[in-house]
Amino acid sequence: MATNDKSFATSVWDFFCSLKLTLFLLISLALTSIIGTVLPQGTLAPEYVASISPTRLQIYSKLGFFDMYHSWWFISLLYVFSLNLVSCSIKRLPHVFKFISEPTLVLGEGARNSFALKKELTFSGSVEQGKERLTAFLGKEFSVPVITEQHGEYHLFAQKTAWCRLGVYVVHFSILVIFVGAIIGSLAGYKGFVTIVEGSSVNAFQKQNGQQMPLGFEVLCEKFNVDFYASGAPKEFRSILTVLENGKPVPGYSQIKVIVNEPMTYKGITFYQSSYGQASEGSEHFISVTPRNGGAAEKFAVRDGVAVTLKDGTVFKLLEATQEVRQFAPGFSGPAARIEVTPKGGAPLTFIAFKNFPEVNAQRGDALIFGYEGTNAKQYTGLQVAKDPGVWVVWLGCTLMVIGIGVAFFMSHKRIWIVVTKGHARIYGNASKNQAAFQMQFEDISEKFQEIKI
Amino acid sequence: MNSSMLFNVTTFAYLISTVVFFAFLASKNKSIGIAGSFIAYAGLAAQTVAIALRWKESYDMGVGHAPMSNLYESIVFFSWTIILLFAYIDLRYKYRIIGAFVVPFALLGMAWAQLGMNTGIEPLVPALQSNWLLYHVITCFLGYAAFAVACGISMMYLIKTAIEGNNSSAQAGGLMSMFPPLKVLDDLNYRSIMIGFPLLTLGIITGAAWANYAWGTYWSWDPKETWSLIVWFVYAAFLHARITKGWVGKRAAWLSVIGFAATIFCYLGVNLFLSGLHSYGGSKM
Repeated sequence: MATNDKSFATSVWDFFCSLKLTLFLLISLALTSIIGTVLPQGTLAPEYVASISPTRLQIYSKLGFFDMYHSWWFISLLYVFSLNLVSCSIKRLPHVFKFISEPTLVLGEGARNSFALKKELTFSGSVEQGKERLTAFLGKEFSVPVITEQHGEYHLFAQKTAWCRLGVYVVHFSILVIFVGAIIGSLAGYKGFVTIVEGSSVNAFQKQNGQQMPLGFEVLCEKFNVDFYASGAPKEFRSILTVLENGKPVPGYSQIKVIVNEPMTYKGITFYQSSYGQASEGSEHFISVTPRNGGAAEKFAVRDGVAVTLKDGTVFKLLEATQEVRQFAPGFSGPAARIEVTPKGGAPLTFIAFKNFPEVNAQRGDALIFGYEGTNAKQYTGLQVAKDPGVWVVWLGCTLMVIGIGVAFFMSHKRIWIVVTKGHARIYGNASKNQAAFQMQFEDISEKFQEIKI
Repeated sequence: MNSSMLFNVTTFAYLISTVVFFAFLASKNKSIGIAGSFIAYAGLAAQTVAIALRWKESYDMGVGHAPMSNLYESIVFFSWTIILLFAYIDLRYKYRIIGAFVVPFALLGMAWAQLGMNTGIEPLVPALQSNWLLYHVITCFLGYAAFAVACGISMMYLIKTAIEGNNSSAQAGGLMSMFPPLKVLDDLNYRSIMIGFPLLTLGIITGAAWANYAWGTYWSWDPKETWSLIVWFVYAAFLHARITKGWVGKRAAWLSVIGFAATIFCYLGVNLFLSGLHSYGGSKM
């Protein structure tokens, strides 16, 4: 029974150490990750829910497909992946350390035959002379050797960058460091969103789960602006923010420009420019109506979607308004509104009324000319709010990964042995990686080796 | 001389180079092979000047930015990196015939860009106004190019095994005698991926650093991010497979081809079929 238990434990251990598990996990992670890129994640749009069958919706939800990167099975895969990394390292690291700290100083007869890189030198001097001369040679051309005497032979062993065999383990370790950073971030950090209307301030923001969270200070939005290129594409989204403590501006945090790619950080909390819009609450838009056959223009203050009836029975309704029409109507700029006009007894017409182009408004040719005169609505700025104390751990992990990959991929452990016996010496070489490059170095050294006169 | 003329010259050079390389395959005439390489290098030189010119032209227009901001510019840069890496492999390992399987990738890219896309220089949308753009795009595309080269080499491997069978002693002669030995192809495939993998890793890390700087999240499981990770997993599997018995050779070649297919999906498929943050030149903030 005891032996059975042991063999079971060993087989579990072997399972977690196996490279087959690594391959299985890497391929499974790659394949399952596709699901989340194809199916919508997070809160589902009603159109999507309507487009698939209820059974399918239920199955997908049960399997966690709509939040798959946080589903129990995906997280489990990542845990098994970490376990696999740790087990492999525990199993192999002692061997690697032993390999580095206790190198093969003496080449046995069998080992000597297995080398692809070897050369021979015959000499007439004594073994001692040969040893002295070749020790100096190896020290000068490659690296200072360790000398071992055995059965009347001298074994000179020299190596370079033995530690680079640890590079792989640095990469494996770095993945765990990144995971730790991510876990710290998810436990101690938070992400959220806040909208601030121009001229007003906030002291809290909404977390991703909908909960309000106090900032511990106030943020005032002094101004929000959008600049456009001549083509109509947006050039810059710009909020001017001021941090207030006890109602007073904090020195150094007054009138700070926050644009995309240039956030503001105060007390570990960072604000990122994310969106903008018009604060519609309580705001009015101004529409002018001018009879074509002369007569004074009439100005109406209207709200979104509320119909207004004119004296002649025509009904009009403001559908939407923008302070920059360029992206919707190329060739035009400035404020504009989309309005729906229904003449008495006629069919509704929808068109755009501009503020800066009265001649275009007049071109429509109806009895009444509609113009947009702007709004008293204020703009708001939408800011992402984030705090992530784990992010430095993640960057540490990334740095370790880059260093580890550099060492593991581009450096190799090079070893050279020279066995000195009476009358001749043989040189052997081996590299852990990039044999071709080492071969050239070895040939260069062994050429000089064969020219030595002892 | 302006950049768009030079890009046409480049496309033409890659076309001629491809044709010459195919002639090299058929004729086995060494000097034709040398011509193929030199025409590709001439194209690379023209393209280098063209990219630099386009960069300068954007400053002349007052919207100065590195020419890596939209699909057109990225695919031009991708073609450039493919030929650059081909030049490296050609000069370093002297297996010129690989050009017949690698230059066509660059030709496809350039032809699509020149014939099917809007080539105008556009100003940078706010999301792309950052130095990270340069680091992120260069590392990613150098990585992609290495994977393209590895894919071309793997295709040669698969063609050679299909025709010769696994029996390397039975030299079929003909076309196949031009191909490097299977062992060499397998090794070159590995070497290319050894170049691509670190660059892809850097590309993902610079992307994460940029995302964290601009949005406060280094990883948000956006389809582009996820697909880059999928590609990373595939090549990580490739690297581990090599130290497992039975995964060298044919299976490694297939993994390399699958890896490149995933790379292309990550680069183009995500933009064409899925939605996300990398909507080349879109007006996302």
